[in-house]
Amino acid sequence: MPLYHNDDQAMLADTAAGFMAEEGNIAKQLRHWRDRNCKDGFGHGLWKQMAEMGFTGMLVDEADGGLGMGHVEAGIVLEEIGRNLTPSPFLTSSVLAATALKHGSDDVKGRYLPDLIAGDSVFAVAIDETAKHRPSRIATRAEKSGNGFKLSGTKSFVVQGGSADMIVVAARTSGSDDDVDGITLFAVPKDAAGISHDAVRLVDSSMATHTKFDGVELDGDAVIGEIDGGRAVLDAMLLAGRVGAAAEGVGVARGAMDMTVDYLKQRKQFGRLIGEFQALQHRASHLYSEVEIARAVTIKAQQLLDAGSQQADLMASVAKAKVAKTARLAVQEGVQMHGGIGMTDEYDIGLYMKRDRALAEFLGDAYFHANRVAELSGY
Amino acid sequence: MADLETFRSETRAWLEANCPPEMREPVRDDEDVYWGGRRATFKNDAQKAWFEACVAKGYTVPAWPKEYGGAGLSPAEAKVLREEMSRINARPPLSSFGIWMLGPALLQFGTEGQKQRFLNEIARGEIRWCQGYSEPGSGSDLVSLQTYGEDKGDHWVVNGQKIWTSYADQADWIFCLVRTDKNDKYKGITFMLYDMASEGVTTKPILLISGNSPFCETFFDNVKVPKSYGEDVPAYVGEVNRGWDVAKYLLGHEREMISGAGGGERSAAIGAMMKRHAAKLGDELDPVLRAELAMFDVDALAYTAMGEKFLDEIKVGKAHPAQPNMMKYVGTELNKRRHELMMAVGGSRSLEWESEDTGGGKPARGWLRTKANSIEGGTSEVMLNVISKRILDLPGA
Repeated sequence: MPLYHNDDQAMLADTAAGFMAEEGNIAKQLRHWRDRNCKDGFGHGLWKQMAEMGFTGMLVDEADGGLGMGHVEAGIVLEEIGRNLTPSPFLTSSVLAATALKHGSDDVKGRYLPDLIAGDSVFAVAIDETAKHRPSRIATRAEKSGNGFKLSGTKSFVVQGGSADMIVVAARTSGSDDDVDGITLFAVPKDAAGISHDAVRLVDSSMATHTKFDGVELDGDAVIGEIDGGRAVLDAMLLAGRVGAAAEGVGVARGAMDMTVDYLKQRKQFGRLIGEFQALQHRASHLYSEVEIARAVTIKAQQLLDAGSQQADLMASVAKAKVAKTARLAVQEGVQMHGGIGMTDEYDIGLYMKRDRALAEFLGDAYFHANRVAELSGY
Repeated sequence: MADLETFRSETRAWLEANCPPEMREPVRDDEDVYWGGRRATFKNDAQKAWFEACVAKGYTVPAWPKEYGGAGLSPAEAKVLREEMSRINARPPLSSFGIWMLGPALLQFGTEGQKQRFLNEIARGEIRWCQGYSEPGSGSDLVSLQTYGEDKGDHWVVNGQKIWTSYADQADWIFCLVRTDKNDKYKGITFMLYDMASEGVTTKPILLISGNSPFCETFFDNVKVPKSYGEDVPAYVGEVNRGWDVAKYLLGHEREMISGAGGGERSAAIGAMMKRHAAKLGDELDPVLRAELAMFDVDALAYTAMGEKFLDEIKVGKAHPAQPNMMKYVGTELNKRRHELMMAVGGSRSLEWESEDTGGGKPARGWLRTKANSIEGGTSEVMLNVISKRILDLPGA
């Protein structure tokens, strides 16, 4: 498969770019909700519009009412989300939770997927338990209780946890905290007794929660996949999420770079456009090179994942690490080259810096994934 | 597709029958590389047999048309051949600047007579070519070159000096940029072809920091270059005074080649190999070194994907025409970093300059060699200038 978009994908990219620029732009979404101190941090109206565009269920199988598309397509939408800094539940609901639900029973699917596809529901995923992403260690426990389970523990960095109608929770049903096996995934409805959220606004104005599960009683039908065999579902969900987060990061990097290159062509100092200075030209060109490469490896990871390749796992970590490094470079150069106004809230470049920080941390930063590349490569 | 699979199985069988086992071993020293030319000698019978089998099949230049000594393979077939050769680690039967540089220029700009003569000579390894571009005063600013060819009617008299002429001391002919009009910087250069055995040509090898001498200084002292070598065989490529067009085309081609666009060894991840290397030296990777290797591998694997994307896009004309500059910039900088890390893993062993254990100082000499990667064929800084101008469209670039 050639490493570029086919005609259908190119058409989707045009559609997604037009839609996000028009409806998902920074003034209409990110600033609008931020300035109103919105408790969700995103707009439900846009989510509904994304459903009408067919985005919300693009990864859901056709048999389950979705479009049965792949991660290249989801990545196209995510890149435009990144470019416009559009706050939306797409990555958590339509990529992460939707991937987990693929492994669910027909009952679980029927309970959640139609509302996701219609844009009426928002889902969150609860994985992290410490301030860094460490999915190998899961201490949150679900003890057998009658026909169901009793869930206890605390999860952190649950993005949009306070707005979610359902949270996919990775919990331990047997073994000790660091065991590979003994994990089970649960679809926990928002109104289950014993859930409490400590909502926090993050640096990029997005909302997340520290969510406490205090003996939350769950029916057996809340289980997604196999009891004690949830690691495979968790891994699949993480893999899809990482590749998706990389695609969004590519959009953040490209958005910041384009804004900065435009600025170099407008701003005058010393009687010249600052883009005439070679010191800045070379840095901009280096950044361009890195962004192109980050985008290439992200598309590579998407294609491998869609093809069900064994290489997808390694390439997903390469992509997540490469994009994290590249987007970081893009936003840092962006603020520096904008000079003083880059530090003001009025200019958008600072918003890119904030979004990069939060997005890079989500599902593992560059250090986590570079380390993972080393481990998967055998050193 | 079915045809390609047939071609693959035929190719596999042909390679099995014709590529001797010795020619499937990694290249260990300069003698393992066959460059051809009037003075060429084969290191052994296997090298000779492999070379001759490839010449007969057109496989020294598989994608060139058959009438010029190639095998006329389509791009897809040529890819299959590359894959099959790489699968058995077959050495290239012939290495030459004729294949890499002059050939592509002639295919693009040459007359029929030039193609018939020179391309066939290159394909059969009869003539070893060298490239005369840089001058002591014209490196990155190549177009300022001063080597001058005075027009004497049916011939030029060439005077001047070239530098960084690869293997000039072993080459038979040179393709050389010569100023033929001092009043027009860009439209005053002719891309000449002439015999290094001509009277007035002298070469002097340059000793590099690696201790090797792959490059020469080349001097032209009243060298008589005829304007024609026979009917339809002019002694210049393209038009007189329009040699810069040919040179620019070839520089693009060279950057593609140097960039190692296909990935391969240059861009491969090295962490696992370095761990084994450290273990062989009775050592293990320091945690911080391991971390740097991991960061390198991320960049190297990402660059490999970029190389694949670049090649895919070139095939359908989607790639930006200035993209090879980006590939060259990143690929060469990556290779320098790679060798820095390999030296670090090797520790004091990698400092050894002549020892048998290091194959005569291979790690150190190889490391030093990579420092030229980001200088030759256009410096990294020139690549960044080109990206600024042609891709980012920055003002005054």
